[in-house]
Amino acid sequence: MRHLFITVVLRDLRLAARRRIDALLPLVFFIVAVSLFPLGVGPEPQTLRVIAPGIVWVCALLATMLSVNSLYAGDHADGSLEQMLLAPTHPVALATAKAVAHWLITGLPLIGMSPLIGLLFDMSAPAMGALVLGLVLGTPILSLLGGLGAALTLGLRSAGMLLILIVLPLATPTLIFGAGAVGAIESGVSAAGHYSLLGALLIATALGVPWATAAALRISTE
Amino acid sequence: MGLTFYTFSSPPKFYALTGVLVPVCWAFAIVLTVIGLWIGFFVAPTDATQGEVYRVIFIHVPAAWMAMWLYLVMAFWAAIGWAFKARLASMVARATAPTGAIFAFLALWTGAFWGKPTWGTWWVWDARLTSTLILLFLYLGYIALVEAIDDPRRADQAGALLSIVGTVNVPIIYFSVKWWNTLHQGASVSLTAAPKMATTMLTAMLIMTLAFWAYSFAVIFTRARGIVLERERGTAWVNQLAGKGSRS
Repeated sequence: MRHLFITVVLRDLRLAARRRIDALLPLVFFIVAVSLFPLGVGPEPQTLRVIAPGIVWVCALLATMLSVNSLYAGDHADGSLEQMLLAPTHPVALATAKAVAHWLITGLPLIGMSPLIGLLFDMSAPAMGALVLGLVLGTPILSLLGGLGAALTLGLRSAGMLLILIVLPLATPTLIFGAGAVGAIESGVSAAGHYSLLGALLIATALGVPWATAAALRISTE
Repeated sequence: MGLTFYTFSSPPKFYALTGVLVPVCWAFAIVLTVIGLWIGFFVAPTDATQGEVYRVIFIHVPAAWMAMWLYLVMAFWAAIGWAFKARLASMVARATAPTGAIFAFLALWTGAFWGKPTWGTWWVWDARLTSTLILLFLYLGYIALVEAIDDPRRADQAGALLSIVGTVNVPIIYFSVKWWNTLHQGASVSLTAAPKMATTMLTAMLIMTLAFWAYSFAVIFTRARGIVLERERGTAWVNQLAGKGSRS
């Protein structure tokens, strides 16, 4: 199980390294989408500071969902997904490895970029810290849920839109607590409760969703 | 062959049984709706604080209940269909989704009608409203997913998985939305703080709930009959049925 897990993670990272532009697209999308909000809302720093955490979180959510679409699509198209599912190891290792690789390729750069976005929106240093910590706990949840959506919509005509429609309602608690942590810090309250709940969500998602993803992969490739 | 628990899991038997049940359900739905609305609109007293507007609850509350209940019903039959490879259970699950979505929409719609005169706004980001909206999105996601998959077997199983994941998530979503709401809004208007309900009001509401149940059975059975015919179109009994239909 460990062997397959590490192999798949390394393989996906290597594939991403060979298509650097493809791998960077979610990050570029994230930056462009975030930059559009001040143009739409207006340049008042007061307003922007209040809505910044929500904007960063919603854009991170959309960047994850748009990129997770191709998580299994390539392997499905060339048949290697079926071979991996035929392996004696339970597909839950594959599902976890894919989500981890996706998080390393898209989630981690998003987290790295978020303090810079915070500067654009004139966020205070503690608020930025809360944003980053929330994203560290929350983006793996998004990658895991996105993996489930990608497995369910594998090979369908309008898979991209469908995935977003399926996964967004499930991701609302993450969004609420992630953006809520920054709101709590900014209003002078401790954000410990938010982090605890995000951590609990992460543990529950990490334990449950790979099994559902594995089942979904079996359903989709039957 | 005796009558067992599994008798009506056979599509032809189900089709024959529901053919009898659907008109009965419709009759119940119509009669109960007339009685419930009559009590609600003419017998129940005017509310002391809200005036006549409160009468929307005779539609609104049963619709909200049905929206939540039908999601569980849908997930239950979808899971049974997946776990035991029971085709009919999966068909019933698929037939349930549109009715649940319509009830969720109806609850939101009537809630808006109630909110405008009472709260002065069509919509507030209240915990109940928001979680009902997300419930509607969950229904739409399920419907979109099963409709997008051409292979019925895969559609049933994928839908079952999604509805089970959704069921696990519904309480989490509800509590997170509730907490988010209290964090952001401070004191918000609460339905639970309303004064105790008069007995006639409660009677009307319960009768309307039964009416909605009967309506749900009628509509879900009708839709399931359509799905059964479509999926079983290659079988002898459907061809026989179609042949009879064209001759008579």
